[in-house]
Amino acid sequence: MKKLFVPLLIVVAAMFAFAPIVIANARYESTMGLIQKIFYFHVPSWLAMYSAIGVCGLASLIYLFQGSRTADCYAVAGAELAILFGLMGLVTGPLWARKAWGVWWQWDARLTSALLMWLIFVAYMLVRKYGGPGSEKLAAATAIFGTATGPFVYKSVDIWRTVHPTTNVVPTLPRDMALALLYCMIAFFLLFLVLLTVRVGLAQRQMALDDLYLAGED
Amino acid sequence: MIFWRTAWLVLRKDFAIEVKSREIVYTTVFFAVASVLIFSFAFVKEGVAPEGAAAGILWVAIAFAGTLALGRTFERERYNDTLRALLLAPAPRAALYVGKLLGMIALLAVTEALLLPLLAFLFAAPLFARPGLLAALLAGGTVGFSAVGTLFAAMLLRVRSRDVLLPILLYPITVPVIIAGVRGTAALIGPQPDEPTATMWIGILTAFDIIFLTLSVWTFEPLMTD
Amino acid sequence: MIPDFDSVRLIDISRHFGRRRALSHVSLTARAGDIVGLLGPNGAGKSTIIGVLATLVAPTSGEVRYGEHTAHALAAPLRARIGLLAHELFLYPELTARQNLTFFAALYGLDGAAVDTALARAELSDRAEDDVSGFSRGMRQRLAFERALLPAPRLVLMDEPFTGLDDRAIGIASSRMRELAAAGSIVIVATHDLDLAEGLVTRVVLVRGGRIAVDEAASVNLRARYRAMAGGA
Repeated sequence: MKKLFVPLLIVVAAMFAFAPIVIANARYESTMGLIQKIFYFHVPSWLAMYSAIGVCGLASLIYLFQGSRTADCYAVAGAELAILFGLMGLVTGPLWARKAWGVWWQWDARLTSALLMWLIFVAYMLVRKYGGPGSEKLAAATAIFGTATGPFVYKSVDIWRTVHPTTNVVPTLPRDMALALLYCMIAFFLLFLVLLTVRVGLAQRQMALDDLYLAGED
Repeated sequence: MIFWRTAWLVLRKDFAIEVKSREIVYTTVFFAVASVLIFSFAFVKEGVAPEGAAAGILWVAIAFAGTLALGRTFERERYNDTLRALLLAPAPRAALYVGKLLGMIALLAVTEALLLPLLAFLFAAPLFARPGLLAALLAGGTVGFSAVGTLFAAMLLRVRSRDVLLPILLYPITVPVIIAGVRGTAALIGPQPDEPTATMWIGILTAFDIIFLTLSVWTFEPLMTD
Repeated sequence: MIPDFDSVRLIDISRHFGRRRALSHVSLTARAGDIVGLLGPNGAGKSTIIGVLATLVAPTSGEVRYGEHTAHALAAPLRARIGLLAHELFLYPELTARQNLTFFAALYGLDGAAVDTALARAELSDRAEDDVSGFSRGMRQRLAFERALLPAPRLVLMDEPFTGLDDRAIGIASSRMRELAAAGSIVIVATHDLDLAEGLVTRVVLVRGGRIAVDEAASVNLRARYRAMAGGA
C-alpha cells in the first residue's frame, strides 16, 4: 500500500481532473437532460460506501476475534469513509430525484436501504465516541451485525416498496454512458483507497504514539 | 448439557425474581398499551384508522416496549455486578446469553398476547383469521428482535449512555424484522388474508433469526471479556 | 474431570486502556497454602490483578498460568476452581439468602446440602428465607463471602473482604481463610487495611501505580514497614 500511495494519488488526481471532460462527452440524456449527469457522482459514491462498509465489517470481525489492533484501524477508517461517501450519495440522490421526478424522497429500495446502512455506521462512530473504555469492541459488534443485516435490509425494503425508477438503467446504458460511468466508478474507488490508506496511517500513528507514551513510563 | 442447564438456571432465576415483584412485566405491558393508545391518537382520524395502521402500531409498540424491557432486565445484573458472577460460572458464557434471551422472548410473548386483543378491540381487526400464521410471524419477529437486543443490551451494560445507545444500535439493525412483521401482519389482518405474502415474510424472518442467533452466540464471549 | 492446579502465576502481565495504564509488567506466583496479601493504595491496580486472576479481565500482554494450564485452553471447567468475592458482592437483592445461594450452587453443580452448610457458616440460617434487600451490609458481606466459597475453590480471590464486618465477623473470616489455605487453597486477599492483613497473610505484595513494589514474606508490624509506601491506611 505505502509504495503505491504516491503513484495512486497522482492517478486519482489526474482522473478527477479529467473527469469533467469524460462526463461532458457522454451522451446527453434526452428525458432528464443535464441533471442526469449527477448519476456519474451518485452511483460511484455508493460503490465507495459499500466498499468501505465491507472493509469495516471484515476488519471488525478480525479485531473482535483476534484482537489485531491494525484491524481496528481499518475498521474505524472504513466506518468514517462509509459515512463520508454515504453522505455524498444521500445528497446527490435527492438532488437528482427532485429535478427528475419532482419529489425529494421516494422511499425506493436502494436509497432507503443505503440510508439505513449509513445510519448504522453513524451509530458505529457514536458508540466509539461515547462508549467509554473498551468501546472498540462494542463498535466492532455494531459493524459486524450492521454488515450482516445489509442484505436483509435491502431485500425487505425492496419487497416493501418496489421500483427504483432507474433500476433498468445500467444494463441498458448506451456504450458511451456506460464507459463514462465505469471511468467514474474506478476514479471513486481509487479515491476511496487513497483516503483509506491515509486514515489507516493516521490511526496507526496514534496507536504508535500511545505505545511510546506507555513505554516511556517504564 | 451444562450449556442448557446453565441457560435454564438463569431463566429460572430471572423468573423467580420477576414472580416476586412483577415489576418488569407490569410496567412493560402497561407501556406497550400506552404506546398503542398514543399511536392511535396520532393516526386515527374521525374514528377511522388508516389501512394497515393496526399492524404498524403493534410492531412499533413491541419494539419500544422491548427496548425498555431489555434495559431493565440487564439493569438487574448491573446492580450488584452479578453479571460478573455469572461470567465466572463454570459454563460456556454463551449459555448466559441464551438464558437471558429466553427470558426476553417470554416477556415479549406475554406482552404480545395482551396487545393483540387490545388491537382487535380498538381497530376491529380480524386478528384471529389466520391464528397459526400470525403466531408464526410474531414468533419469528420476536426471536429476531430479542436475539439482537439481548446481545446489545448485554454488551452495553457497563457503558454510561447505554439507555440511548441501545435503541440507536438496535433499531436500524432490526429494520428487516419490523418491515417483515408489519407487512406480514398487514397481509394477514387485511380484508382478504394474503397467505403467500405472510408465508414469504415468515421465511425472511426465519433466515434473519438463524443468522443473528448464530452471530450473537458466537460474539457473546469476546464481547463480555473486558 | 475438573482440572486442578497447585499454583497460579502471572507472567509479565500488562493491561492498559489507551494511555491509561492499569498494570505494568506484573509478575507474581502464588502456591497452595499461601495467603497472599495484595496491599496498596486505592487505584493501584489490586482489583485489576484480581480480575485478571479470575479470568474476567484479559491482559494486554503477558500470560496467566494455573498450574500448567492457561486460562484460554480450559476456560469453563477452570472457572469451577475459582472463587471471587468482590466489592460489589454479586447478590440479587430481590431474592432470599437461600435463593441466592441455591442459584449459585446450582450453577456449580452443588445441591441443597452445600447451601445449608454455607448458610450456617455465614450465621444466617435463621434469616435464610428473608430477602437480601433487607440485610445490613455486614450480613450481605457474610453471605457473599460464603457464596464465593461454595464450590470449595482452589483459588480464593478476595477483594476487600472485611468491609462492613464487626470484629467478631472479621475474626471468623480470617480463620476461615487460614483454614482454606491449610487445606491447600491459594488465597489472595486485596485490602488497603494493613492492620487487618497483619497476622493473616503469609506473603506481602505491595502494588503501586500498576506495578509490584514489594513481594516478600510477611513479617510483623506491617503498618510500620509499609505505611509510607502504601500511602497509609
